[in-house]
Amino acid sequence: MTRSLILAGVGGQGTILASNILAQGLINQGYDVKMSEIHGMAQRGGSVNTQIRFGKKVYSPMIASGEADLILAFEKVEAVRYLNYLKPGGTLIVNDYEIYSTTVLTGQEKYPTDVLDKLKDTIENLFVIPAAKIAKDLGNIKAQNMVLLGAAVKALGIVVDTNWQDVIMAYLPERYHNVNIRAFKEGIEAV
Amino acid sequence: MKKILTGNEAIARGAYEAGCQVAAAYPGTPSTEILENMASYKEIYSQWSVNEKVALEVAGGAAIAGARALCAMKHVGLNVAADPLFTLAYTGINGGLVVVTADDPGLHSSQNEQDNRYYALHAKIPMLEPSDSQECLDYIKYAFQLSEDFDIPVLFRVTTRVCHSKSLVTLGQRQDVRVKEYKKDVKKYCMIPGFAKFRHPVLEKKLKKLRELSNESPLNQIIWGDRKIGIITSGISYQHAREVMGDNASYLKIGLSYPLPDKLIREFAQRVEKLYVVEENDPYIENFVKSLGLDCIGKDAFPICGELNPEIVQRVLVPEKEQKTYCVDVQVPARPPVLCAGCPHRGIFYALKKYKDAVVTGDIGCYSLGILPPLSVTDTLICMGAGISAGIGFEKAFLQGDKDTKVFGVIGDSTFFHSGITSLIDAVYNNSKLAIIILDNRTTAMTGHQENPGTGKTLDGDISPVIDIKEIVRAVGVKPENILVVDPYDLVQTQEAVDKAYEAVEPFVIIAKRPCALLKEVQKQRAKLKCAINQEKCTKCKVCLRLGCPAIAFKEGVMTIDETACNGCTLCMQVCRFGAIERMSK
Ligand SMILES: Cc1ncc(C[n+]2csc(CCOP(=O)(O)OP(=O)(O)O)c2C)c(N)n1
Repeated sequence: MTRSLILAGVGGQGTILASNILAQGLINQGYDVKMSEIHGMAQRGGSVNTQIRFGKKVYSPMIASGEADLILAFEKVEAVRYLNYLKPGGTLIVNDYEIYSTTVLTGQEKYPTDVLDKLKDTIENLFVIPAAKIAKDLGNIKAQNMVLLGAAVKALGIVVDTNWQDVIMAYLPERYHNVNIRAFKEGIEAV
Repeated sequence: MKKILTGNEAIARGAYEAGCQVAAAYPGTPSTEILENMASYKEIYSQWSVNEKVALEVAGGAAIAGARALCAMKHVGLNVAADPLFTLAYTGINGGLVVVTADDPGLHSSQNEQDNRYYALHAKIPMLEPSDSQECLDYIKYAFQLSEDFDIPVLFRVTTRVCHSKSLVTLGQRQDVRVKEYKKDVKKYCMIPGFAKFRHPVLEKKLKKLRELSNESPLNQIIWGDRKIGIITSGISYQHAREVMGDNASYLKIGLSYPLPDKLIREFAQRVEKLYVVEENDPYIENFVKSLGLDCIGKDAFPICGELNPEIVQRVLVPEKEQKTYCVDVQVPARPPVLCAGCPHRGIFYALKKYKDAVVTGDIGCYSLGILPPLSVTDTLICMGAGISAGIGFEKAFLQGDKDTKVFGVIGDSTFFHSGITSLIDAVYNNSKLAIIILDNRTTAMTGHQENPGTGKTLDGDISPVIDIKEIVRAVGVKPENILVVDPYDLVQTQEAVDKAYEAVEPFVIIAKRPCALLKEVQKQRAKLKCAINQEKCTKCKVCLRLGCPAIAFKEGVMTIDETACNGCTLCMQVCRFGAIERMSK
């Protein structure tokens, strides 16, 4: 059975790095893996998403709506933006973190205040994780992506199948190893 | 060894394994990473060219000289390179020549979604279409061989989802290929009419043979499943169709898509009950199938506009399957891309905003974002170079209509080198009073910071002469008093220059010089520079918000500056009338 994941966030949050690490970990477990992402304007504060599919044999790198087993949202409204991909009974992990878009900053639109309440009312398998706060307490807010990665790995039930620490270290310069591995572990604990 | 690679990485790897010796490109999403990866193989000479036409001429020259050469570009780049392409089909090559066109169905980062498969048909050269990263690698090797076997350039057509999706690839060894001997042969390589007319029939003969090959090529294969539904497809569309239908359909998967395999298509059509063509954008395969007198369902059911995905394919082929998901009642704010905090382009657009009566013809690059609110300055965006040339047209048309509306043309540094210089000459030559603003942020930012002739470095990172934009402008004949170099972080200086340009009655050029805020060196240098709001002085007039800086926010009734995003450019400080924004050094 092919399983499908979406990582959604805002340019600059480290979604692509988290996706790369996740994909490599899955490959190490012997899965066929396909991954799709859109570059381009991503760096300029736009909404970004990566789709990962893994199983015995994967054809399309893209996920149909209602087919994602897991959505890992790095930002609250991004969770809602991609919610239509979530499979009934699928898991949603949301970073309790807000990034205002320019339309909100300049007052053209309002940032919704009740996102988490509405999600709680609708999604059975919901985990809200203060990843930004956890990472900040660890000394580097940028490690929030590793907190979320840890949470996703736990939710997928694949914590022990890969030596995640090694994969993370292979993707990061040495001086960032410590904080990122601690962030990853806290993410596992948070689910 | 198996590795997960993007299609672009696999194309570079395939070229390396095929013994490719020379590669040239101009960046453009989704093709950019092909050359960036080629540069990591020291056996290949790789270069950024100034534009796609030049790149293809470099690669074409290298191929005629005897090297295996590759040229890569985004789809619209092939419009620029079309001129050499059509004639290289006549001359043929010597060493293999592969031209990669990366199309962008869905316009993820392009100004149109043209379907470049027609270029193969039009230029009369064979075309290959891989559907995943392994095929990118394998087909590139096949492409070089095909090119040499038939003495013809090969078009290698990929799309965003092939370029930027990752899948597992088995790596091989580099083939030991030598640069072939070059022999002078003017009847083959000098396309004066008298020689060219003999090369056209040669090309037609090659095409005839290629048509036969297409029917037998292993790249065009039938995968039998349930024969109630037969699907002819190519590229990423094959993967979507196979994902949705599995063994519940049969497939004719086309990898060599020009010339299309007529016999194979007939055979397949005869042996299935209902025939579908699943392809992105235009009915390229469908029209061919229909021209064979065969019935099929294509664009009646599948969209021409936008990219395909498994969901769209499923809706057509398995309409009874219901898709269930969740929905919450939340108004999701849009997240349009914006100029970064500290972007040097912002100052110019802010200064231009003063002239509501002026027309601003824009161009392509990060500064395209000057179109969107709150800056909302730019009037047009067409193609690279048109920022200047369309401005000349506007000005001449206004003159014809007895209007003296001021026209500004805005263009980036990489775009200026790409195709702005000729436009600038046109402006000077034709006595235009266009005011041109060259946004020199010392890099090709939009596509991810590639070097260009103004940065002093090549693709390999080697030092090269810095080509001075100001000297070019002067050499072209813009009067020295009509050339101003400004720092766009200095709003007073910038506004003065724009005011002067507005009044000018001769070609006028402002060069706004300040490196991109995202360049690593710049980020390091400015890491400690920040601006902050003095809440006691802030009157919440929100003038600073008009800059559209993503670091400035009005949150819960207070103005704030996000210090992780701010780089201390001080534009907000300069527009604040109450002295409520202060510079800090942390
Ligand atoms: C013919 C063509 N080639 C390539 C592209 C892709 N592309 C768009 S803008 C751009 C370069 C922009 O660089 P520059 O003009 O320096 O502006 P910046 O992004 O740095 O502000 C490129 C390569 C294109 N749109 N059209």
